[in-house]
Order: sequence, then C-alpha cells, then structure tokens
Amino acid sequence: MSDEPIKKVSIIVSKGSLDGIYPGLIMANGARMEGIEANLFFTFFGLYGVLKKYMNDIKIATVGNPAMRVPDAKGMPLPTWMGALPGMSAFATHMMSKEMDKLDIPPIGEFIEMISDAGCGIYACRATVDMFHLTEDDFCPQMDRVLTVGEFYELSAGSQIIFT
Amino acid sequence: MPDKTINGVTVSTDDDGFLQDHSPWNKDMAATIAEEEGITLTDAHWKVLDYILADFAEKGAVPGMRRLNKVGGIPTKELYSLFPGGPIKKAAKIAGLPKPASCV
Repeated sequence: MSDEPIKKVSIIVSKGSLDGIYPGLIMANGARMEGIEANLFFTFFGLYGVLKKYMNDIKIATVGNPAMRVPDAKGMPLPTWMGALPGMSAFATHMMSKEMDKLDIPPIGEFIEMISDAGCGIYACRATVDMFHLTEDDFCPQMDRVLTVGEFYELSAGSQIIFT
Repeated sequence: MPDKTINGVTVSTDDDGFLQDHSPWNKDMAATIAEEEGITLTDAHWKVLDYILADFAEKGAVPGMRRLNKVGGIPTKELYSLFPGGPIKKAAKIAGLPKPASCV
C-alpha cells in the first residue's frame, strides 16, 4: 500500500433523488477544495441534477426508505407506508433543505455553478440523453459536454472512479 | 505538534502546518507562510484573508465557500485563482487559523 495522495477523481451520479445527487456534488466540490482534479458524470436519473427545468425541484424519495426519521436521527423510523402519503416527499425535502442551508450547503442549481466555477468538469451520459430525448437546450449552462462511455473513460485517465 | 520557526519566531503547528495558536501571527508571518505555499500576497489576497480573519473572530470557524461568496462577496473562480490547489485550506493556513473543519 502506498500513501500516494489522490490527484484526480471521476464521480458518477446515477440517481435522481435528493440523496442520490447531493453526495456526488459534495464529493466533487470537496475534491476541488483539496486541490484534486475532478469530473462529474451524470447518468440515468442522475441527469435530472443538470436539467435546468428540474434541477431545483429534486426531492427525497420517501417511499421504500426505511431509514427515514425526523431530523435528530435517533427517533423512531417513520413507518414506511407513511412515506406514500401525499406531500410526504415534499415535506421531507423541505425539512432536509432547511438543515442543509444551515450548513451552507447550496441548492442544487447554485451548487452546480459553484462546482463548475471551481474548475470541475460537468458531463452528461450520451445513452441517457438519447433515451430521454434530450437536447443541449435542456441542460444548465454549466454542463460542459455529452459524453459516450468511451469518452468518459478517456477523460478519466489516471482518476479514481466513484459511482454513486 | 512540531515547532517551526517563521521570521525568527518559534510557533507550534499541527501536522499539516497550521498554527496551533493565532497570537504570534502577523502580516509578515502571513507573507512568509504564503511564500512557502508558492503564493505572493497581493491586495486581492488580503481582501480574502481579512474577511476570513474577521469572520473567524465573529463565528469561531473558518468560513466555507458559499459564505465567502455570499457574505464575503468573493467569487469562487477568484478564490481558486488566488489560492490555487485548495483555496480555503491555503487561505486559512496563511491567515494563521486552524484547518477548515467543514465539508463544503
């Protein structure tokens, strides 16, 4: 084992829920703050994190999430069937966004802008773009380019690849 | 905690070179730490350092990127170009403050 510092990371965001998108953004931003070269690659429903019409309306999935609790994390989990009640997802998202704001974690649109300004590359997956019938106009201006998997691997030369 | 001599003053630092105690810190010392990081301090750097120092004095923590943007009025791009390779970490080190403890 060598203790060679990490120099470059590629982070793949594949899920479109709030808890699916934020970890990748926090890791990419954190990498840049450590002086690590970083690229973000959005695929499947993760792509919603860079679609200008939807990126600021990303929600927590409350259905089928047995870890759901009120914020202090020590309480009883929310019975899973309650996650299906109308408005639950919006409510949980509102609660979590408030907590994140206290920690100065920006909303997704602003976070993507910050990460892009930090010099992190932002890419979308070609197969998903075709599957969802998307065009360049659907993306936020920070999205650099649509890449095939092959181009993604080329761009990731020398990187650690992290799939979220 | 290793001791280190900066401008003839012996200070104790943590393993990453951050000052353990801010009291011996002064502007000349900042310039020397900055040189070690490969940075020559200009007025633009001092605008960032002054804000971080004032905010630390008030809040007890090194501000994160968003706070530097929104409250400090310093754009992300500018921070990365002034302090290449880890802006907040480097700025905190030069300002004689502890290593930033926030994830964002």
